[in-house]
Amino acid sequence: MSNLLAARLQMAMSLGFHIIFAAIGIGLPLMMCVAEACWLRGRGPEYRLLARRWAKGAAILFAIGAVSGTVLSFELGLLWPPFMKFAGPIIGVGFGLEGFAFFTEAIFLGVYIYGWDRIPAIAHWLSGLLVAVSGAASGALVLSVNAWMNTPAGFRLLHGQAVEIDPIAALANPAMISEALHMTLAAYAATGLLVAGVHAILLIKDRENPFHRAALGIALSIGGGASLLQPLSGHYAAQVVAETQGAKLAAMEGQFQTERRAPLRIGGLPDPKAETTRYALEIPAGLSILAYNDPDAEVKGLDAFPSDQRPPVVVVHLAFQLMVACGMAMAGVALWGAVSWWRSGRVPTSSPFLWAAALASPLGMIAIEAGWTVTEVGRQPWIIQGVMRTTEAVTTVPGLWFSLLVYTALYAGLGVVVVLLLLHQFRSSPRADELTTSAEGFH
Amino acid sequence: MGFLTTIPPAEGVATAMLMSLIVYALLGGADYGAGVWDLLARGPREQAQRDLIARAIGPVWEANHVWLIVVIVLLFTAFPAAFTVVMTTLHVPLSVMLIGIVLRGSAFTFRSYDATELARQRWNRVFSIPSVVTPILLGAVIGAIATGEPGRAAEAGGAIPLFSTWLQPFPLAVGLFALNLFAYLAAVYLTSETSDRDLQEDFRSKALASAVSLGLIAWVVYLLARTNAPLIYEGLDRSRWGAPLRFATGAAAIGAMVALVLRRYGTARLAAVVQAALILWGAGMAQYPYIVPPHIDVAQSTAPPIVLKLLLIALGCGSIILIPSLVYLFRVFKGHTFPQRRRGEDDSVTPTPA
Repeated sequence: MSNLLAARLQMAMSLGFHIIFAAIGIGLPLMMCVAEACWLRGRGPEYRLLARRWAKGAAILFAIGAVSGTVLSFELGLLWPPFMKFAGPIIGVGFGLEGFAFFTEAIFLGVYIYGWDRIPAIAHWLSGLLVAVSGAASGALVLSVNAWMNTPAGFRLLHGQAVEIDPIAALANPAMISEALHMTLAAYAATGLLVAGVHAILLIKDRENPFHRAALGIALSIGGGASLLQPLSGHYAAQVVAETQGAKLAAMEGQFQTERRAPLRIGGLPDPKAETTRYALEIPAGLSILAYNDPDAEVKGLDAFPSDQRPPVVVVHLAFQLMVACGMAMAGVALWGAVSWWRSGRVPTSSPFLWAAALASPLGMIAIEAGWTVTEVGRQPWIIQGVMRTTEAVTTVPGLWFSLLVYTALYAGLGVVVVLLLLHQFRSSPRADELTTSAEGFH
Repeated sequence: MGFLTTIPPAEGVATAMLMSLIVYALLGGADYGAGVWDLLARGPREQAQRDLIARAIGPVWEANHVWLIVVIVLLFTAFPAAFTVVMTTLHVPLSVMLIGIVLRGSAFTFRSYDATELARQRWNRVFSIPSVVTPILLGAVIGAIATGEPGRAAEAGGAIPLFSTWLQPFPLAVGLFALNLFAYLAAVYLTSETSDRDLQEDFRSKALASAVSLGLIAWVVYLLARTNAPLIYEGLDRSRWGAPLRFATGAAAIGAMVALVLRRYGTARLAAVVQAALILWGAGMAQYPYIVPPHIDVAQSTAPPIVLKLLLIALGCGSIILIPSLVYLFRVFKGHTFPQRRRGEDDSVTPTPA
């Protein structure tokens, strides 16, 4: 195995692992705060129990997110030293601010988890809110760094060196807002629907359990709301990609030829040899409209780029289709839930809906992984779009395959343990009568 | 605040890095040390010792470990050339250290939430064994940098050596020194974390024993430095500030031991903190102005001044949020460890995760 491939696989694996915990680290604290707010405002004891249960989940997942994030901060240098040598000063301020947000999150998570009966209720709730806010801020700041890799800004290239560095301009690069918005909504949508699905499964057996009904209500509100907003932010993100990363857009859409009235392809399998995408459902002029708000707009195809600057089209197109499909299914479930909630005035618990929510549960995480693949693989062969190639950025340390092997085993093991622990947390769900008899007996 | 404008920005960031490293050693380091005592827990109060350790570090655990990330971010932003040299020439110990960080970070949380006693015991092992290995590697990395070996290997070009940069007597001695220092700090802190006399005695004797062995290893490190890390040795031995700093460190060490003998645990903690901070401050001063000896120094920072200034401004603004937050965290959960507050407060309050 080449060092480059090993480094890319290790990075992909580390990020793919971390991103799940990071997303839940953004979504779950908000849900836990909403639950505690409901309890503070006089709703039933199940809300307090719910906040405590979700806080446990947040604590377990935060710990994994924190250590896997620490690994990533080192891996940037362990795997990609030339990249960091070039980019460190330009994007470091963004990373620094992210560090502060993460620090705030860590401090107040400690206060929240261990402070239930030690500090005033309002201070406790505010600590939770600080966890939720700083988690979202730290995610947005990290994404600004990734956006910089896609749309580098804030420096001038002179003989391969960065000069006239402006860290603020680098932070506020063209893709920053679209990436931060899209991923933050994705975190809320994915976490909300993931949790909603788990409680839906438990409600199938125990339809009137107030604990799970409360949980489903909050999880659906946050996850469903974000799922319904997500197509809008996705549309905006696609327009930014169209403007700034033509090759990535062409790969996402399986667009081989530059053309006016470019169709929107749903599904399909790109064939790079024949330079065509087969088996797709094509909506005439759809892509031109989506990308440029104009049916006659010209969309650049992969043929507009030299062959050594084209991303691997099959992977990018399929990942993009997978992300969109998951997103649409999630929005569909959210809409179904919203309509029946609005009509009946209570959290929807009909069997078909609960089953749909259960089935939709993993889709958000799949969409996040697929979307991340689109962003990262779609930028290839560049590590910094148009500035530095991935091949130039890899470390010269030999034998990276061994490191890849060890980290893969480590993360696989951790993943299994986390799932087992969380399953245990969910299995020990309270019965309805437990909730009504005691409000304070759950620790 | 006039002095702020007179400090060159690269020196300012380097100072912030060293201070973050010191805080990491004082807080995160003590968590490693607690893991060591967890592994070595024996005798009639074995379980009580482990429970005390878990209670003491639980609430502050996550916050204590962010300091390492602060050091890394400052390093790659302000001194990218130094960062890449360290990350390539010390790839192996850093990778293994990260595995240790992952294992103990996750095991620490898992053991709080796993259901069965047997599972908890297993997580304890996964927590405590890397607690021993990780600080040795952390110390070895710092010691290796001080020898100048990684810097020379990077300058020579050619194949990157995997082991010869750090698998040497001096880095390994620094590794053992770091482990011993962390264990010592943890034992001293733990004496004031409980009001149980027997437990206090347990950790008092551990603190005294580790103070003695720390002195012995310090002596070995000092002797090895003469040939292996002359930069450090010269700094500590000959420089204008070397002798006063060594005397101050020694005085703090003796003060901590006397306070431990007299069972003045608050004083012992203060003295141990001063002692540890002075040791690291001295090592940093001795290496100044080099970030990665023999040639990469503070002045060579390739980050332009605007980046360094923005970084310092961000550090200042961040501190306005962080310091009160940290003070709040420690007041809520560590207030009982200060003697003057103990009388007024219920000592039996023990933080456990919700």
